[in-house]
Amino acid sequence: MEHALISPAAYTIFGIPTVIFSVLIPIVAVALFAYIIAKRLAPLVKARPDERFDRPGKRVFDVLKIWLAQWRHPRYMTAGVIHIVIFFGFLILSIRSTEMVIKGISEGFVFPGLNTWLGDVYYALKDYAATAVFIAVVVAFVRRVWFKPARYAYPESYGEDHTWEALLVLGFIAILMVTESLYEGAAVAAQLQAGLTPDFLAPLTLGWLFKLMLADSARATMQSLHIWSYYIHDIIFFTFLCFLPLGKHFHVITSIFNVYFMRLDKGNIRPVRYGVDEQALDDLESFGVKRFEDFTWKDILDFYTCADCGRCSDNCPANTVGRPLSPRFISLKGRDYAFEHYPIFGDFIKTDDNIMGKIYSEDEIWSCTTCGACEQECPIGIEYINKIVDMRRGMIEEGNVPQSLQKPLQSLEKRGNPYGKMEKKRAEWSKELSEEFEIKVLEKKGTTADTLYFVDSVTSYDERMQSVAQATARILQSAGIDFGMLGKNEKDSGNEVRRFGEEMLYQELKNNNIEAIVNSGAKRIVTADPHAYNVIKNDYNSPDLPPVEHISQFLQNNISNGKIQLNSLDEEGRQKVFTYHDPCYLGRHNDIYDAPRAVIDAIAGANRIEMTRSRDRSFCCGGGGLMLFYEPEEDERMGVRRVKMAREAGATVIVTACPFCLTNIEDGIKVAGLEGQMEVIDLCELVAQQMRH
Amino acid sequence: MAQIFAYILHSDGVLDDSARELLAAAKKIDAGAEVTAIVTGKGIDDACSKAAESYKSVWKIDNDALSYPNAEVVRKALLSLLPADGILLLPHDTFGMDLGPGLSVKLDSAFAADVVDIEGVEGNTLKTIRQEFTGQVNTHVHCDISAGAVINIRPGVFQAAEGQAGEVVDKSGELGDLSAKRKFIEVQEAEAGEVDITKSDVLVSIGRGIEDEDNLEMAFELAEAMGADVSCSRPIVDAKWLEKARQVGTSGKTVKPKVYMAMGISGSFQHMGGVKGNPFIVAVNKNPKAPIFQVADVGVEADILEFIPEITEKIKEL
Amino acid sequence: MEILVCVKRVPDTAENEIEINSEGNDIERDDLVYSVNEWDNYAVEEAIQMVDKHGGSVTVVTVGDEESEEVLRREMAMGAENGLLLTDDAFEGSDGRGIAALLKAAVEKGNYDLIMTGAQADEGYAQVGGMLAAMLDYPYASLVNMIEVGDGKLKVGREIEGGNMEVNEIDLPCVLSIQTGINEPRYVGIRGIRKVASVEIPTLGASDLGLDAGSVGEDAARVKRIDYFVPEMGEGAEMLEGSTDEIIDKLIELLKSKGGIK
Repeated sequence: MEHALISPAAYTIFGIPTVIFSVLIPIVAVALFAYIIAKRLAPLVKARPDERFDRPGKRVFDVLKIWLAQWRHPRYMTAGVIHIVIFFGFLILSIRSTEMVIKGISEGFVFPGLNTWLGDVYYALKDYAATAVFIAVVVAFVRRVWFKPARYAYPESYGEDHTWEALLVLGFIAILMVTESLYEGAAVAAQLQAGLTPDFLAPLTLGWLFKLMLADSARATMQSLHIWSYYIHDIIFFTFLCFLPLGKHFHVITSIFNVYFMRLDKGNIRPVRYGVDEQALDDLESFGVKRFEDFTWKDILDFYTCADCGRCSDNCPANTVGRPLSPRFISLKGRDYAFEHYPIFGDFIKTDDNIMGKIYSEDEIWSCTTCGACEQECPIGIEYINKIVDMRRGMIEEGNVPQSLQKPLQSLEKRGNPYGKMEKKRAEWSKELSEEFEIKVLEKKGTTADTLYFVDSVTSYDERMQSVAQATARILQSAGIDFGMLGKNEKDSGNEVRRFGEEMLYQELKNNNIEAIVNSGAKRIVTADPHAYNVIKNDYNSPDLPPVEHISQFLQNNISNGKIQLNSLDEEGRQKVFTYHDPCYLGRHNDIYDAPRAVIDAIAGANRIEMTRSRDRSFCCGGGGLMLFYEPEEDERMGVRRVKMAREAGATVIVTACPFCLTNIEDGIKVAGLEGQMEVIDLCELVAQQMRH
Repeated sequence: MAQIFAYILHSDGVLDDSARELLAAAKKIDAGAEVTAIVTGKGIDDACSKAAESYKSVWKIDNDALSYPNAEVVRKALLSLLPADGILLLPHDTFGMDLGPGLSVKLDSAFAADVVDIEGVEGNTLKTIRQEFTGQVNTHVHCDISAGAVINIRPGVFQAAEGQAGEVVDKSGELGDLSAKRKFIEVQEAEAGEVDITKSDVLVSIGRGIEDEDNLEMAFELAEAMGADVSCSRPIVDAKWLEKARQVGTSGKTVKPKVYMAMGISGSFQHMGGVKGNPFIVAVNKNPKAPIFQVADVGVEADILEFIPEITEKIKEL
Repeated sequence: MEILVCVKRVPDTAENEIEINSEGNDIERDDLVYSVNEWDNYAVEEAIQMVDKHGGSVTVVTVGDEESEEVLRREMAMGAENGLLLTDDAFEGSDGRGIAALLKAAVEKGNYDLIMTGAQADEGYAQVGGMLAAMLDYPYASLVNMIEVGDGKLKVGREIEGGNMEVNEIDLPCVLSIQTGINEPRYVGIRGIRKVASVEIPTLGASDLGLDAGSVGEDAARVKRIDYFVPEMGEGAEMLEGSTDEIIDKLIELLKSKGGIK
């Protein structure tokens, strides 16, 4: 095809061939970029090991789904759509941009294949992509400047927000789109003026618009626009590239890696140190994260990858009720620390300082309920729970533990329950049932049962929660199950102990329970406590253990096979409006969403509605286990907030399937002053109530 | 029978409540004893004559060095005056705890602390009753008084006794060297809180049973409904949930309300030591064996976390 | 500063009802767990913080049987450098004074600037610190809730009646008994205890301490606990019975009549 304008590869300005710039700009920029990336990799090299190279198939799948298909983006519709447009625009335009860089050196360069019909399709596509990106950028700009979504705001304590950075980058992108289109629009306009066959420009695109606008311009104007837009594009393109690793737009580069390496398993906590097995833990010099370099390389990749989109914090219950924790700042503060101590120019700043109390505060780290809402929401696979647990491990080792947690931890060590109550009273809740039936206590060798009911501490000892234990036992009995409990041989499951960073205590509890369960000879474990379910399934990870089931799964199965039959609700019950509150450790951490709903729906006459925040967006009740003993400063209890959500949805009965949710929500109802108007009931209690004997 | 002495605490010429309680304790050791009161300080004539209203004999020990009751100085003064086999009674308060143990060593006499009752003397054995495990169990403790004894008496448990009036004997001239390695500097008053619970007529007092800082809110709601103020026991202050100025007890404020609502308070003597003026005491506690039920007028066995919101609501409805 | 902190292993009774055994000579101990006396724990924390600031080392000492080693390890895991276990059959049945005599002998074997005890323990005498000081002829302050280190002396605050603080200046060496609330003791986990599991803890018996067996133990005790008994229930409170509603109604009537509701 003939051209009417001199291309950048052939142009001279003041006698200097511009091709020199076409060659120099990429060389200098790529060298600089490589240098910056090398510097950015330094902290990853110094960091602790992480195991992220297994199961490549699953990882590639995650990349295709979460990265390429932008799976989580539409959860926030406006921002999600804008991002998807820019993301796909970038993908499409990456070929064109590379082509342009080479065209500046070699005029006739075309990627192989693009000189065929494929090229026709591609060039039209990229014209529309550039235009769509431009429009998306304008919308994003308006949104940032005028609408200012609340989740981008910076609380005062965290310093300046990143609006300027966002706007600068939007500006870069807009310029890239405009110059690319102008470069081509000018060339085509000149072709038309010269009566040559014009290159194709897709209608209603920016390039097409420029072509029309320039139709009557002087040739010299077109020529200079052609050259200038090329070099502005070239410079901005490489400036943008080198700018990416300096801030939150690093995610443009790192997100694909971050998603590839993201966690594959749910519900578990990573080991104290990869490559060190449990028996060797005693030999470790230090536990958890104290220095910045105690993070794993994936943690630091997470810090780099955070785009400051605020979705984690927007969903974080701790942040919502005003606790001093906002997950995005865990990432941003980590990133700022990395940038500051591993600068691009100048020496690395070596320090053995404990980061606790410096970049992170104790209250911040204790504020987390490990509900997992942040990780569920992050569109690029950033993790928080493991980091927070690792920082707690560091604090535990330093003895830096809130006073109110010390007593329960010590009681767990001595008595296997956080209350410090006697082991022999662990099964006292069952006395009330003794007139109905006897529950086997699998304490001695020789006594065995098919099914082991793992009760866990709070359900065993807390007066209110004991009714959940009694309901569970009634259900198992009524379904004709041969079951028993461990009695004083059962210790706390340790789910919370592990998540509070007391790893060695967790190990002791775990080993005790594994031994007791194995000795019981049971072929299946059932529990009504999602925390116990989670830790046995995902953390104990012992091949010696029989499979574990949550009572909601058991109920679903036994209702559908007819072993449990439910009465329909009476008139009063039919007036009630039920809603199901997903416990974090059943839902998000174990993907059990449908079983409990199916159980409620199996009760004839039950009117069930959904709260806005349900299933994987469920709002934590305030947390279980040790969270009962520790509450940081907050404006409102999570349980109260949750009760209000249920009320807004129009519910009068909150059904849950976790003893902790039950207590926290019950307290929430009282504090909110909604007694008599709202009630909460455990799924087991509800079923036991409706069961046909 | 050995001579019995009682150390009298006083300030501004007013005797501490313990002054006549010690007399009662002494009478339980020896009903016929002529008990000698010991008053130390600077310019203590008023206190001495007050003491002489109930004690047969009052030793006045007046010295500049004793203007503040520094236990080390008081010990030196007493050592130069007390007979070898005497029995000295002290209140088991922050002063008695400071003085008693060391004094008993220096006197080479027996020491019993926090005595809540005395069963009498048999030969050289003084039979006392004490409590252990914060009042959960009682013990009989026998004390060999052949070489004298220092006995610290729990304040507030002996019914103040009346005694015959007596005379003041000035012992100030018989003191030896009173120099000390511990020097009193000053008393820093506890920071005044938002409220002065010592002036409240009705107190809603919160103990360990509140379990969590956040639950305090319900206590304030109840107090508001009743027109009362909120006070608390020591663990609440140790946990920094409420300010020190709200703490009732020997290490906190002494209160004299008309009605005292002990909510989730077990009722240790250190706490009840701060409740004076014989108020109407209501105790709510989930442990039926809590010692508070021994001193309360009315008791309710309940979990305050459930009880408080319910009663608050009912009172609001009135 | 070289600091010796005297600690005691006591049954943890906060959540458990104390029951008396059938002979009445002891409490039922089978189901009890033990830990370090709460006041002592504050004392050790204070000592560690002082050493962190001013240098020196902390030694913890206890009198008891081999099981008492457990509390020494816990305090060493907190940061006390050395432990010292005073154990001998002859020590059994010692009264407070006997314990103080043992500690005195242990103090004299070392070179301490400061000795701390908890203000009191399970038996509630609040006596050992004061006795030890008197035996050593050191100055003493009880119920200490503030310590500032000066030159050859300390400024200490004592918690006195009314929540006020009595400030004293005290020469070193001295003995202080520590009140709860003076600091926030650090947490000790299993890992911390395991880290000090192999540290040698010297044990000293009567002869090591140069004590005549007759001067301590039961024979030397002038104060003896004869038995435990459950206090006879006095009149006590009138317990309100009935449903919660009924109880509340009754209580409100009573409160009204007593001027409790304005």
